[in-house]
Amino acid sequence: MGPGMSSATSSGEVLSFQDMILALHNYWSAQGCLILQPYDMRMGAGTFHPATTLRALGPEPWNAAFVQPSRRPTDGRYGENPNRLQHYYQYQVILKPSPPDLQELYLKSLEVIGIDPLKHDIRFVEDDWESPTLGAWGLGWEVWCDGMEVTQFTYFQQMGGFDCKPVAGELTYGLERLAMYIQGVDNVYDLAFNGRGVTYGDVFLENEKQMSKWNFEVADTEALFDLFRKAVAECKNCLANDVPIAAYEQAIEASHVFNLLQARGVISVQERASYMGQVRDLARGSCEAYMAKETERWEANFPGWSA
Amino acid sequence: MGSELPGVVGMSDFLLELRCEEIPARMQAGARADLEKLFRAEMSAAGVTLGEVTVWSTPRRLALIARGLPQATEAVSEEEKGPPEGAPDQAIDGFCRKNGVTRDQLELRDVKGRQTWFAVRNIPGRAVKDVLADAIPAIIRAFPWPKSMRWGAASLSTESLRWVRPLSGIVALFDGDVVECEIGGVVSGRKTKGHRFHSNGEIEIAGADDYAQHLRVHHVIVDQSEREDIVRKGAKHVAHEAGLVLVEDEGLVVENAGLTEWPVPLLGRFDEAFLEVPPEVIQLTARTNQKYFICRTHDGKLANAFICTANVVPADGGLAIVDGNRKVLAARLSDARFFWQQDKKVPLEKQAEKLARITFHEKLGTVADKVERVAKLARWLVEEGIVTSCAPAKAGASGEGVQPGSEPLPSQGLTKEELADLAEQAARLCKADLVTEMVGEFPELQGLMGGYYAREEGLPDAVADAIRDHYKPVGQGDEVPTAPVTVAVSLADKLDTLCGFFGIEEKPTGSKDPFALRRACLAISATAVSDDLRFSLRDVINNQPVLSSSTDSFAIFERIYGQGLGDAVDGQSAAGADKVKLQKLADEIIGFIIDRLKVQQREAGVRHDLIDAVFALGGEDDLVRLLARVHALQSFIGTEDGTNLLAGYKRAANILKKEDWQGVEGEIAQTGEEDPLAEVDDPDLKEVVAAKMALRRGKELSYTPEPAEKALIEALDEAEPRAGAAIEAEDFEGAMAALATLRAPIDTFFDEVTVNDEQPEKRSSRLDLLARFRAAVQKVADFSKIEG
Repeated sequence: MGPGMSSATSSGEVLSFQDMILALHNYWSAQGCLILQPYDMRMGAGTFHPATTLRALGPEPWNAAFVQPSRRPTDGRYGENPNRLQHYYQYQVILKPSPPDLQELYLKSLEVIGIDPLKHDIRFVEDDWESPTLGAWGLGWEVWCDGMEVTQFTYFQQMGGFDCKPVAGELTYGLERLAMYIQGVDNVYDLAFNGRGVTYGDVFLENEKQMSKWNFEVADTEALFDLFRKAVAECKNCLANDVPIAAYEQAIEASHVFNLLQARGVISVQERASYMGQVRDLARGSCEAYMAKETERWEANFPGWSA
Repeated sequence: MGSELPGVVGMSDFLLELRCEEIPARMQAGARADLEKLFRAEMSAAGVTLGEVTVWSTPRRLALIARGLPQATEAVSEEEKGPPEGAPDQAIDGFCRKNGVTRDQLELRDVKGRQTWFAVRNIPGRAVKDVLADAIPAIIRAFPWPKSMRWGAASLSTESLRWVRPLSGIVALFDGDVVECEIGGVVSGRKTKGHRFHSNGEIEIAGADDYAQHLRVHHVIVDQSEREDIVRKGAKHVAHEAGLVLVEDEGLVVENAGLTEWPVPLLGRFDEAFLEVPPEVIQLTARTNQKYFICRTHDGKLANAFICTANVVPADGGLAIVDGNRKVLAARLSDARFFWQQDKKVPLEKQAEKLARITFHEKLGTVADKVERVAKLARWLVEEGIVTSCAPAKAGASGEGVQPGSEPLPSQGLTKEELADLAEQAARLCKADLVTEMVGEFPELQGLMGGYYAREEGLPDAVADAIRDHYKPVGQGDEVPTAPVTVAVSLADKLDTLCGFFGIEEKPTGSKDPFALRRACLAISATAVSDDLRFSLRDVINNQPVLSSSTDSFAIFERIYGQGLGDAVDGQSAAGADKVKLQKLADEIIGFIIDRLKVQQREAGVRHDLIDAVFALGGEDDLVRLLARVHALQSFIGTEDGTNLLAGYKRAANILKKEDWQGVEGEIAQTGEEDPLAEVDDPDLKEVVAAKMALRRGKELSYTPEPAEKALIEALDEAEPRAGAAIEAEDFEGAMAALATLRAPIDTFFDEVTVNDEQPEKRSSRLDLLARFRAAVQKVADFSKIEG
């Protein structure tokens, strides 16, 4: 028992961090998913990626997989906590409509990265997902592997305040956790990144230290407040000019700036709700505008569908 | 099988399995009950008789087996009486429409000599298999999941089928034959799936009899109670093997059985160093986050062990699973240890300063404001002698003091001043743990952690205990605090919450009680009654810092009363107007507490109308005395004397009402101030009433009373002072006994004396006598509120 217990793929190798991502890419590509690249903006979770949020709207089929760097400023621990990071990777899969064998597809993806379900205890434990800022909710589970939550598995029911028609299935893998699990490592910074001697710490430890300091201590709060106001204004400008995708980007921006302000501790409990409400309005407004712009085309192409 | 003629009663059985993706564990018990209920309702509506019905659930399936079904329902003939022969066409047509028959299908029959149309519908028996084919989709559609969802391609429309998670299969077999039906694209059949990992592909079920056994072969134990038993016994067993004692937890047993189809309890160990964290923290982390059982050593201490319940028979005997779970727990425990160590560095007094940053309620200030009020009130409760350092008179079931780390009554023998100081100190610190890291992570540990931190910094045990227990009692049946310091803080906290929210018009309505005021009420009355605390609710409410204008919480007071403070009613001083408002508020709060008391006491078999009867006396707002009176009243009403006296009282009251006889009481009311209602409680007036009564009684009758009349007068002369003295001495049985002596005289009086005599003097005297009788009884309880 103890350190050194690791999980190997059927070919007997223990995957490095990057190989695990490649294995997932190959697997989901073979299932017909588009393999997208990360969105080039700071965001709290892969769900914010327009390929999830906006594409969950409307009737068009959509199958995509991508890695999304996720930033949670308040989770920063200056590189001192073996499990918590302010910047980490999520692997997102979105399948619309949700296929009938989504659970089986998911379980096979675990086998591809070396998790043998007869050696480990895989469980689907109730965990309903809700994002008030996105006006979104869904039912599903957190998937446990030997008691550890490795994936959030959700059937989206609403997005941006709209019923999902049809429902999309969303899988969010916590890549670092899974890799730590597969490699039998207790500290995230000890993860083998490439299998040739470079660790996760080599790549990210200094980044975590500096960014934690910036998030908690350095970031100019006046500038952040200003950024927030500007994002709100720009989002409205975009909506007024019928470019909802650009508007949505500003909602992402506002959401992240809000998270930074939270980390700096300059938003009081009372103000918090008001800021969250503003972000929600931006996100919902963007989704509404996106729907409005596409509805006519969707209705024409998908008889029986209506917003 | 299956070839019997319709109507021939055969003993058939039916198996239904609804397979879906993982059903939340917490919903499974409800789902089983709903499945059985819906099935029985469908069968009963179709006239299908049923034998035994069994329902099972696993995370991936709901199953029902019904036995003793007929092959077909019996043919029935229903008839409906219609209009008579010769009725207008319209009426007859309407009758036909209503009954779904044509005119030539009507039959004429003789009803009491009159030819009348009858609609006769012969409903043929139906094959039960067909009934089931209709019932299955109906059951699925009507299923009341607490939360349900849409899925898949069909969800292009929001009208698509909803289920708790995607529905993936239906097995429906009647005597082994497939009951054909389809819903939401799922077609019934005999194929299902076994365990997710221990079974491959589909398996075929022959019928109800082989279902459970066949699944077992494929590593599914479909009977939840059997899985629960495996978890229960298995956890005990692995603990025993490790030389430990399982901390039993039925909730976890059920939850783990609801998360597995093939439960395998496994024991693992965590680093002993984590045991420095309070055991409750470890248990909570293990239980809520990970659903693990914990164990104790034989000397009762928490052991560094956990028991997880796997859903597979692991190839390596469980090494990898246990190791994985150990890591997860270790990560959580190291967070907890970090919080514990960080929090201990900051004294509670310092933490409490941060409470000024947390809003309690926007109209009631910050948590720091609340703490200030609670501290004042806790001190006042001690100074007023409401909470004393003596052991409560009846420290009953809850007083056994299972409180580790402290003497049973650490504050015994303290002076009032010392006790007041401790209560104030504990109150000032009681919410400080809300800003600790640990409580931020585990809100359930509020209070408990404060108690630990207080002890760690060396505060007196009485203070630490009070911080720990001041939220108690949390619900009906929860332990009621008995230690004086705890009682003072607990009571003060709840009174402040209750009065504060009533003050800002945030009262519970219907099922909405967002500030848990009902629970606060329950706690107040449970504490008062169980600890025998004697106080007038009105006095206590009038002394609430949250409602008081004389303290520095003036700002809150102003908010409570809005502009009311400034715009006093014309001609009255502002203070007078406030007093009236405050009294109205107090009435409202007391009324609310009494209502909750009725609910609380219902379980103890106390009649709510008797609580009303005692409370209606007006002055009675001491909960302990109120209940003592109610108890005495309830036993009295149960006796023959009581029942008859009640009857006599009602008769007297009815006569007085019919005659509109105000009597002595009415006269007095007229002489009062401009608003008699407002003056009811005026002690000055009570003397006036008494004097008037004495004067009346002193009056000689101008005629010779009849024996029964005389007897009643004498009985009243005797009983009135006796009852009064008994009430004064809080001897309520005695008061009832005094009342009981009136029963025979009042019965005889009604039998033998005419109240409405022709002579006005006699009539008036006798009505006065009845009024006096009513008043005497009323002193003990308002009998008009008593039902029956």
